[in-house]
Amino acid sequence: MNKYTERLYNGVIKENPTFVLLLGMCPTLATTTSASNGVGMGLSTAVVLILSNFLISLLRKIIPDGVRMPAFIVIVASFVTMVQFLLQGYVPALYDSLGIYIPLIVVNCIILGRAESYASKNPVLLSVFDGIGMGLGFTIALTAIGAVREILGAGTLFGFRILPDSYTPIAIFIMAPGAFFVLAVLTAVMNQVKINTAKKSGRSVQILDCSEMGCASCSNSACGGRVFSIGESEKNNYTEMEGKA
Amino acid sequence: MSELYHVSASPHVRSKVSTDKIMLCVVISLLPATVFGIYNFGVSALILTLLSIASCVLSEFLYTKLMHQKTTVKDYSAVVTGLLLALNLPATVSWWIPVLGGVFAILVCKMVFGGLGRNIMNPALGARCFLLISFTGQMTSFSSEKYAAIDAYSGATPLAYIKNGGTEYDLMSMFTGRTLGTIGETSAIALLIGAAFLLAMGVISIQIPAAYLLNFVLFLILFSGHGLDLPYLAAEVCGGGLLLGAFFMATDYVTSPITPRGRLVFGIILGLLTGIFRIYGGSAEGVSYAIIFTNLLVPLIERFTIPAAFGKSSEKKKKKGDA
Repeated sequence: MNKYTERLYNGVIKENPTFVLLLGMCPTLATTTSASNGVGMGLSTAVVLILSNFLISLLRKIIPDGVRMPAFIVIVASFVTMVQFLLQGYVPALYDSLGIYIPLIVVNCIILGRAESYASKNPVLLSVFDGIGMGLGFTIALTAIGAVREILGAGTLFGFRILPDSYTPIAIFIMAPGAFFVLAVLTAVMNQVKINTAKKSGRSVQILDCSEMGCASCSNSACGGRVFSIGESEKNNYTEMEGKA
Repeated sequence: MSELYHVSASPHVRSKVSTDKIMLCVVISLLPATVFGIYNFGVSALILTLLSIASCVLSEFLYTKLMHQKTTVKDYSAVVTGLLLALNLPATVSWWIPVLGGVFAILVCKMVFGGLGRNIMNPALGARCFLLISFTGQMTSFSSEKYAAIDAYSGATPLAYIKNGGTEYDLMSMFTGRTLGTIGETSAIALLIGAAFLLAMGVISIQIPAAYLLNFVLFLILFSGHGLDLPYLAAEVCGGGLLLGAFFMATDYVTSPITPRGRLVFGIILGLLTGIFRIYGGSAEGVSYAIIFTNLLVPLIERFTIPAAFGKSSEKKKKKGDA
């Protein structure tokens, strides 16, 4: 895998901003009432992310360290304004349904996070690919959440009815609580898939004790010690520590 | 006699009370209300109750099987959840509503948190609120052929009738339960018999329901605009799910404080919230939301009401003196 495709893989799977890093939760939970809203929000953010990564990486040697945050914000805000006007001009329906969450892309922590941790330290082309990967990962995640919520909560997908008319929509799924349910379940499924593939490929899966004193002293006994990390090495040093909890 | 000392780890004295015995007591105490509900609303109430219980028990059984955990179905807690959920449903809902509610109660409200003892809110009420938000139409339409003749009550619960400014309520029928509502909430007398059984068996303590009901009544006297209007107060207490909630659901061991002072605080917050929801809220009922919201405050309440350990109180005073 060369380093460009590695960036894409990193953004979509390994460090998926929604399901792994749990960044940008505000737009994730608020705008995914339907699959098309999820795609719209994901793509708008992706465009801003790619452009801001590009520009910030380009200017990374010029921006003084002490004022890098205001500088990043100005750059991001400019791109967000452009995206906002473009959406308003060409897809007014999407613009209306996303509402306040378009200007709020400015303070989206994925964008600032990538600017701070990647684009300000790496060459331009790599930063662009990082933006594409992260943007794609965000878009896929939002579309998935939006699709599940729309199917369960309205019986439709991208506006087309896919469940029979006799299906009574479970309205809670297109309201705020539904966003939390779907996000939690999809994250759990993603984690399980990751653990399984890691076990198959012989990498180590370590169940972490999240508190210093170990699981015994933790007040949240419900987690059952299921906080895990997947080792980088391909060595067969898989250690099952789940029994310890 | 053996010369050896028997050494074992604590606890040395064990109570004979077990989870399944307590849960069985709760089931027995709910029977009067269930039987009355079935008498009042007919066979559909019986079918819904059975579906709800079956759904809860089956979800718990399948979940523990799939997750390779020890099956916990035998402790009757899923039966209690299913029964309470059914008692909280109108008798006219479709058959799949209790099934879906049961699955939600067990999977989302209970098992994903780690099962009985670790759930953060009452599973039955969590599921009821889930259903109430999702299927508002079905969950709030009450009707029964029996009461169609009585104009004032057709399609409206006594509580909704009062909320809309009605004043001619029949307290006697609200007390016996010959009125509209969810399956288990209508009959105050059946609920009180069950509650008395629970209190007599020592399964629940009086603090939570007492603090809840008294503070609710106090709130109504002060803020409802009716003042000390006894028939109105009696109607508010008997109507809706207040008695069912106060005696059977707010007292759930897992989701209520274990400290005595905490129980009083818990009951007072419940009374306050129920009063606010009923008087200022859009809906006539507010017991379910009040209970599940206060459930979330329980860890906080417990933290602030831990009783001083024996011998510790003097130390505290000393420290204060030093400061």
